[in-house]
Amino acid sequence: MIESWRDLVLAPGGERGEASPPTAARVLNTLLALVLLIGAVTLSLVKLNYNWGWESVWESRQILFDGWLMTVAVACVALIVSAAGGFFLALCQRSFFLPLRYFAKVLVEVLRCTPLLVLILVVWYGVCVVLHIDNRFLAGVFILTLYESAYISEIMRSGIESVGKSQIESARAIGLTRVQTYRYVIIPQATRQVLPPLAGQLATMIKDSSLLSIMAIKEFTYNAQQVNSNTYNTLETYIPLAVGYLVLTVPVSVWSRWLERRFKYET
Amino acid sequence: MKLDLQNVVKRFGTHTVIDGIGLEVDGVHCFALIGPSGGGKSTLLRIVAGLEYPTSGSVALNGRPIEYHDEALLRHRRSIGTVFQAFNLFPHLTALRNITLPLEKVHGRTTAEARELAEATLGRFQLLNHAHKRPAELSGGQRQRVAIARAIAIKPQVILLDEPTSALDPEMTAEVLELIEELKQEGRDLLLVTHEMGFARRLADRVALLSEGRIAEFGPPDQVFGAPQSEVTKSFLRRVLRY
Repeated sequence: MIESWRDLVLAPGGERGEASPPTAARVLNTLLALVLLIGAVTLSLVKLNYNWGWESVWESRQILFDGWLMTVAVACVALIVSAAGGFFLALCQRSFFLPLRYFAKVLVEVLRCTPLLVLILVVWYGVCVVLHIDNRFLAGVFILTLYESAYISEIMRSGIESVGKSQIESARAIGLTRVQTYRYVIIPQATRQVLPPLAGQLATMIKDSSLLSIMAIKEFTYNAQQVNSNTYNTLETYIPLAVGYLVLTVPVSVWSRWLERRFKYET
Repeated sequence: MKLDLQNVVKRFGTHTVIDGIGLEVDGVHCFALIGPSGGGKSTLLRIVAGLEYPTSGSVALNGRPIEYHDEALLRHRRSIGTVFQAFNLFPHLTALRNITLPLEKVHGRTTAEARELAEATLGRFQLLNHAHKRPAELSGGQRQRVAIARAIAIKPQVILLDEPTSALDPEMTAEVLELIEELKQEGRDLLLVTHEMGFARRLADRVALLSEGRIAEFGPPDQVFGAPQSEVTKSFLRRVLRY
């Protein structure tokens, strides 16, 4: 209910801000933020006195689009494989067999503490050379998967741990085996905890995949760099690059928030 | 029910929870464990339930010694019904599915059989209207009654109830106690840990009072409540019956 201009700029409940603002206020303030952002960017471009030349970039649009598709493909494949990898690592971290448990723990910690760019350099110029792996796409997806698996395993682990001890106790009491307990009790309950951050991780993965350009995988960022060095139209290439990523990541991020809210209300 | 405990000891680290309990109960339908908190009642029930290993000693239920290793315990747990104080049900499943899950996955019933059995059990407890609700949509008393329905649907040799009403308000406590009384009248065997003294006195055939990991008093309820021998029992009953 909008009764005065105050309702449009001040959250209901004042500083406590528990209730969510009315729809009109949300839309208005979101638009305001976008106008400010776009305005600031436009203003600095005007100040730059930039000599725009979109023609040559427009001619290279196919290269950019192919790169964009490659990024989508890399992120999707990496998400699926690293979801499985992360789940496996999370299970290993809970294994009864201690060498396996600690191997998984150490691996996850090392991966999480390594910058992705450094991991790419070490694996691509080190491990892949030793193992004679020269398929860039596979190597790139593998490295990204390895890196994201470490993060996803932490998401999965906290999801599994969010299932109360009493639930596992009940499962034991009715005579479920360990595998059945995972299958029928832990996984279904952990899924609702895991899904929102997992969707968020997809957005991170899309962004992280841009670093694969360092090993000349023909994804979005790499192709944009190619177009730039062919045409010398820097901003005409890099602004579409930024927009191309936002088109992918913003919906995924919004979707993740939506999942979070939905599961919060259900419990 | 026949329960035979021989010199059962349970330690958690250096803390002794059960300190050498020996006990024989035979031909009893309802055996109640009472006593102060931390006295070892729940731990003893969990040992009989096959959820906890005794540190030493032996337990036999209905003439069969319980073997304390993982595989045998899994079989043992499948032959009994255990109901805890709270959070028995799986929150992501409906009441009906909570009951059919063990019937199908543990006891090998077909989907149709399990469903029929679960509906019959819910129907007997006037819970059929709630069959398709999840635990969050049920009252605390209804949840415990569904949990008991799940426990009896598998036709267990004994039903173990660990403070089944301690998390409930008085009105819900009554509805759950009524149900437990019905089970007793059907001739089912119950092992009950409870703080409801009046209920234990009325329902149990034998009562044991546990304090500091030992049995302070054991006998028919009239003897334990009416003419307690030990000082521990007298002071416990004075304290709990004062109000």
